[in-house]
Amino acid sequence: MNSRSISSSPPPNRLRAGLWDENPGLVQLLGLCPLLAVTTSLVNGLGLGLATLVVLTCSNMLVSATRHFIRSEIRIPMYVLIIASLVTCIELLMYAWFPDLGRSLGIFIPLIVTNCAIVARAEVFASKNTVRASIVDGLTMGAGFALLLCALGAFRELIGYGTIFSRLDMLFGGEPSGGLVLVDGGFLLAILPPGAFMSLALAVAAKNALDRRRQLAQKNKPARAGPKPARS
Amino acid sequence: MTESAQKPSLWRGGAILGILAAVSTALVANTYHYARPLIKANEQAYLEQSLRPVLGGIKYEDELTKSLLDLPVPHGLPGSEPAQIYRIYADGNPAAALFIVSARDGFAGPIRLLIGVRIDGTITSVRVLKHKETPGLGDMIESARSDWLLQFDATSLSSPGRESWRIKRDGGEFDQLTGASITPRAIIKAIKETLLYFESNSSSIFSTRASDQGDPS
Repeated sequence: MNSRSISSSPPPNRLRAGLWDENPGLVQLLGLCPLLAVTTSLVNGLGLGLATLVVLTCSNMLVSATRHFIRSEIRIPMYVLIIASLVTCIELLMYAWFPDLGRSLGIFIPLIVTNCAIVARAEVFASKNTVRASIVDGLTMGAGFALLLCALGAFRELIGYGTIFSRLDMLFGGEPSGGLVLVDGGFLLAILPPGAFMSLALAVAAKNALDRRRQLAQKNKPARAGPKPARS
Repeated sequence: MTESAQKPSLWRGGAILGILAAVSTALVANTYHYARPLIKANEQAYLEQSLRPVLGGIKYEDELTKSLLDLPVPHGLPGSEPAQIYRIYADGNPAAALFIVSARDGFAGPIRLLIGVRIDGTITSVRVLKHKETPGLGDMIESARSDWLLQFDATSLSSPGRESWRIKRDGGEFDQLTGASITPRAIIKAIKETLLYFESNSSSIFSTRASDQGDPS
């Protein structure tokens, strides 16, 4: 709509928020069911991540575009209608364009409907902001979620199977490939459900550790310079 | 007072929801209309692609879906799910039957198998269509992960012989899988039962008329 509203909040911050500070998976811990279930390989994570990104961006756009008609008492049914029809379309297109990936992801494509990250963005952000800002929000939040899916998928594939990039042909076409085989066989636990929880826990712990280290570094700097009173 | 204030808003809400529902339905319907032929073609290609390994190089004439025989339970084949048979003709004569059956006693639920049997009772090849076996152990039955399944190529009830249709640990002729013996036992049993079924039913398989709504899934 108007371009001023988006430039008023600098894009780098928004990108940072989606990818790091407010990452839907890492920080808000939303949408864990698909996140834990499909990340057995990089290509699965990438596929579901991209599908979620598209749904999130479109739903943010539609919710924001209709926000003046949305009355608070019917907003949840409206979100559900918008998200469910978008996901149905994505599922149909997935089976039309990427049938192998569709088979590989299976039930988790329709289950994008239940990804609370999408309803959360509709409620928290898109219903209160302009279309452009909502699209940017959908893109960045979706990218954060997709990147986390990819990272977990790559990590679990690497540990569990000893490969990386296997079956990328499901997304990009070409001959079926086993990807880069680094080790023959792997540590089985990583692909099983407990491995999903452990990998996510490691990712959250790593993020918190990095944040803490950065905070400490920031705290130390002004303390040495002097002007800021350190209270806690 | 409150009633009269609420009423129009109720109607408006309903109308908005109705319009949105109509728009969403139109969107989904259009996408479906666009995607359906593509999805159908993909399914057909996938079917042919997954049947090809067990065709053993036989050139088939009919469309595969037309030669499909859908067998509801009880059918006498292994598995407690419906079975399917694709009948392959070459030069007008029965050449092979492709069975889709389930091995019941897998480690984690039934294993869906595709077994190709030539008219003379030898196996062309066997593939696993669907399974829930343990990754890293039982999933070595996938032909993409190991060549364990390929040892059944060109076997039959007379070679290696009926009594030898077991894993080596049980005194049979077939290799087991490291760390998994339940899965191979289940598969070998299912293949043997399928061969026995074919032995006693081969003429009736090819004389039965094809099921009209051949919609494999």
